[in-house]
Amino acid sequence: MIEVIKTGFYDSIQDLGRFGYQQYGIPYAGVMDISAAVLANTLLGNDSGEAVLEMTMSGPQLKFCCDTYVCLTGADISPSLNEKPINLNAVISVSQNDMLSFGRLRHGMRSYMAVLGGFKTEMVYGSKSMYKGITGQFRIAKNDRLAISESKKVSNKKNAKIKGMNTYLESNIIKVYKGPEFDKLSKSNIDYLFSKPFKISKDSNRMAYQLEEKIENTLEAILTSLVMPGTIQLTPDGQLIILMRDCQTTGGYPRVLQLAEKSIDSVAQKSLGQSIQIELINY
Amino acid sequence: MSFNLRYKPFGERSILIEWPERIDENILQDIIRFKDQIYKNNIKVIVELKIAYNSLLIIYNTVCRNFENDVIFLKKLYKTLKIEHDNVSNRWKIPVCYDSIFGIDLEAISKEKDLSVTEIINRHSKAFYTVYFIGFLPGFLYLGGLDKTIFMPRKMSPRLKVEKGAVAIGGNQTGIYPNESPGGWNIIGNSPVSFFDMNKEVPCFANPGDQIIFQSISFNEYKNIKILVESGNYQIESEVIYD
Repeated sequence: MIEVIKTGFYDSIQDLGRFGYQQYGIPYAGVMDISAAVLANTLLGNDSGEAVLEMTMSGPQLKFCCDTYVCLTGADISPSLNEKPINLNAVISVSQNDMLSFGRLRHGMRSYMAVLGGFKTEMVYGSKSMYKGITGQFRIAKNDRLAISESKKVSNKKNAKIKGMNTYLESNIIKVYKGPEFDKLSKSNIDYLFSKPFKISKDSNRMAYQLEEKIENTLEAILTSLVMPGTIQLTPDGQLIILMRDCQTTGGYPRVLQLAEKSIDSVAQKSLGQSIQIELINY
Repeated sequence: MSFNLRYKPFGERSILIEWPERIDENILQDIIRFKDQIYKNNIKVIVELKIAYNSLLIIYNTVCRNFENDVIFLKKLYKTLKIEHDNVSNRWKIPVCYDSIFGIDLEAISKEKDLSVTEIINRHSKAFYTVYFIGFLPGFLYLGGLDKTIFMPRKMSPRLKVEKGAVAIGGNQTGIYPNESPGGWNIIGNSPVSFFDMNKEVPCFANPGDQIIFQSISFNEYKNIKILVESGNYQIESEVIYD
């Protein structure tokens, strides 16, 4: 068990998402930054898709009720164990009654904590990813006791660590493919999209990231069609919306671009107000 | 009927197949047939296969390294579809209470359309609706077949809270809110039936291709059915239809 003493801004348990249920209108959910979550699990020797704790901008305060190993990746929210700073991207041994806390956000947006053997929280339709209306709770709360694997097994990778993983965290280049309605964009739209920086609006969350700069929109709405995480929609008033992991399954706005999968992870680590540069890659 | 399909790559691992852009039952049937065929015959591992009015999206578990080859395979598969198809679907009878307690926008539609409230209810409850797909919210059915005379534009500003079970009209569509949510459609009634049931292995009873009919019930009947639904003892009336 891990006891939640205090929560951060937005902490939830996520795995790689709920697949195969889009046909019932159920969003994927899942970790916003897949690379970071997979790295945390891999360093611990877990299956890459084990459920992890996702923390946004600030972290919770957690008390461990058993000995285990953890690994933190993604954003740096100054983690410390019993008030001693600990490293990211490294396996950390934790003892019963240890207290994990977080401080100032140094870089990135979302931090991940994997535990040896993974979190053993509620599983719904094949996934532990928290989502409002699907799982009993959509974020963790104070006094929650989060079930984890309590096996005495020692991590076989207890010295594992990795350096230089931060390029995608820091890069402001977001790579995209053409979306299904890309060819309906005007030449000036296209020039603007790939030459000007776009600022991430404060109205951004697990469902979607909005970009502040608007472009002239001459495209008509489409008959409701299919979308997925990474789809960039163009709204009638010219706003670009990047759909993220909690997005709806369908949508009626033109889908002008589709993020490369790795770039979805990058966007998930961009702080609000930061600028990105969109770069087209060909199929 | 065979359509001229367009195949588009959509990100690294997906192929989007598009039919002509319109709401058409022949297109729906063709999409369902093709989807079933892909399920049965595809040689690559698929993580998601989903449909909308005129589209089908295939998400593979690996990157499409050769889009052209994948499309050639799919085109061949499409050609093998049989025109005649033993199509079996369900027709669900959905109880709806159109009482003014629930039908909070009926008066406004009545004024706009110059039709009595009773006539709007009649027109809404006498049609056969086709389920095209489920999207927007978990368990939200996209239905075709609304009577043109009761088309009603979405409200200028959406309500922050629409009740679970609300039956509504938005433009040329009608639908049921499976759970409480914000929404901009005009609310004409409420159904006590659950359209999204987390206690079931398959959370939605209706499938694309099914039919829905609405049956007008009184507020008392509504309350009785609601009790049965909540205790898990309500069986939605349905019949099997053969095409």
